[in-house]
Amino acid sequence: MAFPSVSLGPPIAKRLSRMDVQIEANRCLNCYDAPCIRACPTGIDVPRFIGRIATGDLLGSARTIMDANPVGASCARVCPTSQLCEGACVYNADENPIRIGDLQRYATDWAIRENAVLFEAGPPTGKRVAVIGSGPAGLAAARDLARMGHAVVVFERDAAPGGLDTYGIVPFRLPAEIALWEADQVRALGVEIRTGVTVGAHAAIGESIAPEAILAEFDAVVIAVGMGSVPRLGIEGEDAAGVWDALDFIRIAKSGGDVGVLGDNVAIIGGGNTAIDAATCSRRLGVPAVTMYYRRGAERMTAYDFELEFAKVEGVEFRTFTLPKRIVVENGRVAGLEIVSTAPDNSARPLAGTERVVAADTVILAIGQTRHVALLDAFGVTHDVNGIAAVDDAMRTNRPNVYAAGDCMFTPGGVDAMVVEAAQRGKVAARSADLFLRAEVR
Amino acid sequence: MADLSIDLAGIRSPNPFWLASAPPTNSGYQVMRAFEAGWGGAVWKTLALEPIVNVTSRFAGLNLGPQRMAGMNNIELITDRPLDENLREIAECKARFPDRAIVASLMTECTQASWHDLVRRCETVPIDGFELNFGCPHGMSERGQGAAVGQDPELIEMVTRWVKEAAHVPVIVKLTPNVTDVRYPARAAAKGGADAISLINTINSLIGVDLDTWLPVPHVDGKSSHGGYCGPAVKPIALNMVGACAKDAQVGIPISGIGGISDWRDAVEFMLMGSTSVQVCTAVMHHGFRIVGDMIDGLSNYLDARGIASVRELIGKTVPRFVDWNDLNLDYKIVARIDPETCIRCNKCYIACEDAAHQCIDRPADPRLNPVVDEEHCVGCNLCAMVCPVVDCIEMVRVDAGDTVHTWREKLTSVPS
Repeated sequence: MAFPSVSLGPPIAKRLSRMDVQIEANRCLNCYDAPCIRACPTGIDVPRFIGRIATGDLLGSARTIMDANPVGASCARVCPTSQLCEGACVYNADENPIRIGDLQRYATDWAIRENAVLFEAGPPTGKRVAVIGSGPAGLAAARDLARMGHAVVVFERDAAPGGLDTYGIVPFRLPAEIALWEADQVRALGVEIRTGVTVGAHAAIGESIAPEAILAEFDAVVIAVGMGSVPRLGIEGEDAAGVWDALDFIRIAKSGGDVGVLGDNVAIIGGGNTAIDAATCSRRLGVPAVTMYYRRGAERMTAYDFELEFAKVEGVEFRTFTLPKRIVVENGRVAGLEIVSTAPDNSARPLAGTERVVAADTVILAIGQTRHVALLDAFGVTHDVNGIAAVDDAMRTNRPNVYAAGDCMFTPGGVDAMVVEAAQRGKVAARSADLFLRAEVR
Repeated sequence: MADLSIDLAGIRSPNPFWLASAPPTNSGYQVMRAFEAGWGGAVWKTLALEPIVNVTSRFAGLNLGPQRMAGMNNIELITDRPLDENLREIAECKARFPDRAIVASLMTECTQASWHDLVRRCETVPIDGFELNFGCPHGMSERGQGAAVGQDPELIEMVTRWVKEAAHVPVIVKLTPNVTDVRYPARAAAKGGADAISLINTINSLIGVDLDTWLPVPHVDGKSSHGGYCGPAVKPIALNMVGACAKDAQVGIPISGIGGISDWRDAVEFMLMGSTSVQVCTAVMHHGFRIVGDMIDGLSNYLDARGIASVRELIGKTVPRFVDWNDLNLDYKIVARIDPETCIRCNKCYIACEDAAHQCIDRPADPRLNPVVDEEHCVGCNLCAMVCPVVDCIEMVRVDAGDTVHTWREKLTSVPS
């Protein structure tokens, strides 16, 4: 489907010149049992893909990347490489690691540009697998299941596949067309992605399909639904016009929709990756004053250091140790934000008497996401009190033919909620489902 | 996927990538690891009737800036392990990897009896072929073996004939580059009945001298001797010698190419110049057996992208284009064009042309402007494009009409003798 190409200004990731590609690719030492491979959640053979760039085997390079990571083009742009592969590079002793992320982008850009055929579907097993959700975990699971020969149908609530990669990460970090290309790669293996279909009874728009129907029709199910909307803060004024769920905000901005009038002052509540995206997105939409309010110290923010740096460069201001107490509403619209300082011990305990009202025309909430508890219940999948699906290391749930991967089983606030980690767990879920289905055949 | 299998004078392997007779093929353990990694064949470290004794301190590398081991030299000799032990390991490797080529490299004293004895003993185990080491330039040559044979066409022919008398498998003669014209030993091998030739062996070399101790590098207790040079740096020499043999009608037997082959691109070049298989050593000594995966992948993707069904279709395709200087077209003219978009104004092209070529690149007074090629006077030598650090910034563009051919040979023959 056509997806509006919204860029919101120049991309963050730099494209390497061909000269830089030559220098970087030949600078790689081709370490044995390289630490960069071990640092990648999906285990991309980094020296191998770089060596193949150096010798001009770009097809082999792109294949090496995408074989290990079905969303390797997206990851080339959004991975916190300084904490992963590049952070592990042996050159770090000289603080000059190989620019692995940029080289990965070079190879995957080539594959996108050349329409390269990277993989084929495996010989048909006659088994059918449903994947719920087409985000990184769902696409990774579907891609590998198709390569294993299973017939795969992906159910996607949104109009386009890709999940957070398509809708939830600002376009100057990850353009939608990259995630859509990855989805097309999966489709090319014969995977059917049914968009606009909600699994469960609560379809607001479009079709819906009952979990029981999926369990009846498919031999195995991979639940890769990610997470839901941003929860309520539980403060006064939250229903006023001008209060946004950060993910809705980014989704509309990225898909070319109209976010309406934001005003001169935008307040972002939260300190994670999505809060940064909402803040930088607001700046790029022309808001003069964007301020992030976070209830603890900056070191407790789950956003990566490079994201914080980027936000600062983009002109975002930070107010740490600050808790929103009330949204001031006039004529049904946000007119200010009452905040209160918190204790310096990082307990987020409000300090009485420090209340004050700051200017805010729009308030964007990025304080985490709710869980799809009802969906897990409908599939009979056990979960903890927070709604996190209970899985073992092989992504198996309590039900023998139901697997869960992606954000729906990540712990809140953990550093594991990365695109690359979701992809890896999707792969693991696919392998487990494959083992189960092949055992059934025998 | 293209068919990568090859057949060198009856020796078959699933891909053209063989390990050269060298330290990586010293033992069954290594060769099995290599075959597991995907190597199509291995030429075993040279066997002899009696093991030799090696010295300590054996290799040295030539580093060019950040590039380590651009060249390498060694003073290691042939196998220092007993023949029976090597043969038992060859049999084990062949049993476990029957589809791979195992070629035994051989060297012994220059008598018919000795060669017959060595061949017969080796043929007690399954072997796909022999490679006669007439190339080793150090140590063994002082004992009248290795390059001492390879530098004398009559000896080559004689020994080759002896081996052919006894051998039941194809015989490859490995040639030394330490000769004036490699075609003469190659012809002698063919005349002696060799089924194929392999080249090049290593080149006489001394890698360096230590500026503090004034000792040659590497040294053995304060002294050194010349070694055999190999690695990426020798590739152009090897490629020329392979091409020279490939186009020589009096040679006329298949070639296994050796010399600085480090990746799939090098392999394609050697095959286009007439090699049927390619042998690799230094790149493995630098990075391990795993590099063959990249070589297979790159070669396979290269062939697929061109719709070439079999790697054999590459063999010798460039040889007809490798001619005498006298047959080059004197009317062909190219000039340099500098891409204004990618030029970084390092002025390397300017100074190279100004001082070392034909003063055909002008430099504007304003340092922010790009150098400009004087196309009328440019001789199309390529030097500027060679020194330019930016990929594809300087392009050599054809400017003659392309419809006339005049050669020096014509000029020579048009003059009445």
